[in-house]
Amino acid sequence: MKHTISVLLQNKPGVLSRVTGLFSGRGFNIESLCVAETLDPGVSCLTVVSKGDNAIIEQITKQLHKLIDVIKVTDITDKEYVEREMVLIRMKAEAHTRAEVLRVIDIFRGKVVDVSAKSYAVELTGSASKIQAVIDILRPIGIKEIVRTGIIAMSRANKTK
Amino acid sequence: MGKITGSQAVVKCLEEEGVKIIFGYPGGAVIDLYDALLESKITNVLVRHEQGAVHAADGLARVTGEVGVALLTSGPGATNGVTGIATAYMDSVPLVVLTGQVPRALIGNDAFQEVDIVGITRPCTKHNYLVAKPEDLVPTIREAFHIARSGRPGPVLVDLPKDILGGLLTFPDRPVINMLSYQPTYKPHPVQIEKACKKIIKAKKPILYVGGGVILSNASSELTELAVKLNIPVTMTLMGLGAFAGTSELSMGMLGMHGTYTANMAVAECDLLIAVGARFDDRVTGKLAEFASKAEIIHIDIDPTSISKNVKVDVPIVADCKNALAAINEWFNTKANVSLEEEAERHQPWLTLIREWTAKHPLCYKENNDIIKPQYVIEILHKLTGGKAIITTEVGQNQMWAAQFYQFDYPRHFVTSGGLGTMGFGLPAAIGAQMAFPDKTVIDIAGDGSIQMNIQELATAKQYKCPVKVAILNNSYLGMVRQWQELFYEKRYASTTMNVTPDFVELARAYGAVGLRATTKSEVVPVVKEALATDNLVIMDFKIEKEEGVYPMVPAGKGNTEMLLV
Repeated sequence: MKHTISVLLQNKPGVLSRVTGLFSGRGFNIESLCVAETLDPGVSCLTVVSKGDNAIIEQITKQLHKLIDVIKVTDITDKEYVEREMVLIRMKAEAHTRAEVLRVIDIFRGKVVDVSAKSYAVELTGSASKIQAVIDILRPIGIKEIVRTGIIAMSRANKTK
Repeated sequence: MGKITGSQAVVKCLEEEGVKIIFGYPGGAVIDLYDALLESKITNVLVRHEQGAVHAADGLARVTGEVGVALLTSGPGATNGVTGIATAYMDSVPLVVLTGQVPRALIGNDAFQEVDIVGITRPCTKHNYLVAKPEDLVPTIREAFHIARSGRPGPVLVDLPKDILGGLLTFPDRPVINMLSYQPTYKPHPVQIEKACKKIIKAKKPILYVGGGVILSNASSELTELAVKLNIPVTMTLMGLGAFAGTSELSMGMLGMHGTYTANMAVAECDLLIAVGARFDDRVTGKLAEFASKAEIIHIDIDPTSISKNVKVDVPIVADCKNALAAINEWFNTKANVSLEEEAERHQPWLTLIREWTAKHPLCYKENNDIIKPQYVIEILHKLTGGKAIITTEVGQNQMWAAQFYQFDYPRHFVTSGGLGTMGFGLPAAIGAQMAFPDKTVIDIAGDGSIQMNIQELATAKQYKCPVKVAILNNSYLGMVRQWQELFYEKRYASTTMNVTPDFVELARAYGAVGLRATTKSEVVPVVKEALATDNLVIMDFKIEKEEGVYPMVPAGKGNTEMLLV
């Protein structure tokens, strides 16, 4: 099963390679990985999506926590959480498809960020499944290039308190 | 306060940490640091190869419990140390390895003797650092010592650019180290302790399965109290030998691939396995599905990643072994509504069964009146040292025979590369142990193959007047691999025959050591006596039964009760 794990770590040189080295060295899988600094520039937040049974995910979280530079590890999969991914897609957009492309990205609340005579570059955000749905629909129209950020995620605030 | 050089600051840090002996090898990148060391009382033991430096620091750390320190130069100096670092990492030995690095301006330029040692050692250190700014130097070294010795210990590497060692800085005051992201759990959770104790009370056939963690946390007395008080038999891993007295009636010896019949049967039949500071390594468990399959499992370990990694655990206790065992003892002394005598008595039928196993298949070998049996050599070493020597080993048959037949009664007396299985470990580790305890008898039990992997360290031993006794069990084979080939590869001895080895007696003389040889059984005692009587470095060359095997043996992948016996 897929798990989304959120990791707070010291923003120091080599930290990311400690994390990725841990995954490759122990044969854990990385579906996607995103990292950037938090409000505190000394601390980074890393979101990693991995696949594995419960024992493997338990090892992943424990091993991550064991890294000296890791401050906090949360497997947010079992909690209420919001996940977002952004994608940039360069679409073939010639006379007969220009309108169609615009219609589709409008439905998915995307926007055009670059225009040329034969293409549109569009930006879309959403859950990983929404991004996949957009790609599946746009593919027959003609995708030229695609760049995805990977997933970032945040657990929802506790609403009872 | 005035400014001092980076090198002087490093030396000051070492003094601050109470370091008296370091092991190392100079080179361009650390020449300033070696120069500064001349002004200090710290002894640098000049090894003959950097691997030897790290193993020697490791040997010192294992016998003393203190942090071992190695100092290597950049590039090849650092890479030569990697095997030593990985060895210490697998066995959780506290080390600080200082490596020189090219000046900061040259890093990344493929400079002379430049290597990314921080990148190389990332997976085999507990943590590592490249010091990027002069003001980081002292805090980094202090943090390195803190990390190396706390929690589950391990090696920490600090890479020191030459310009920082040569530059000036202000030596800062020593703060209390408190790291936001590193807070090991030392104290056991009382709820878990109570759960564990209740399981112990319920158990009819409990055993203690004890690993190196008990030695690392100096928990032997707490362990012994628990075992003796409740009459619970104890088996030890290779790393755990000496944590509990090997000659005790409650000791079942080592378990696993070359464990005793008794220990492996007891694990298979027990209804409660109390694992303390052990990690269910594959050499211990054999086929996982059959390991302690009738038992509930309590697992005490300071490293949460060790718990439920290979075997599902019923009661996990994350804590320092010493604290956890003390808490269990305390619970039985104060909170248990049972009589300790009755508890102990209750295990009598289980102990009777265990003694029957031992009577049926004791640890043994086929004796011979002429040919030297390696096990006999170990027995004689045990007898003539009163079981009090520090024993280091190389890796292979020599290591297993030492583990089986030198019944270790004391912790920190058996120094062996357990996790990584590093040939060439024993001699430099013996030098480290001997430097720490000049008055103790230190014996390296070696094979003719593995002794040659770091034999150059004889010169180090000689230079620093370490009267190490090297006992080579010489069968002209790489014996352990040969044994596998005999059993599982139809005796196809591919590349395990060492027809050409040096004359070890002559070799000893060449190094200024004493060389002794025994070729028949009757010569063993006189040779060992002479070796122990001399205050010089000694090599004993025992020409042993060439095709002797290590038994019992559990073939790889089999359950532990499927042992091949003598």
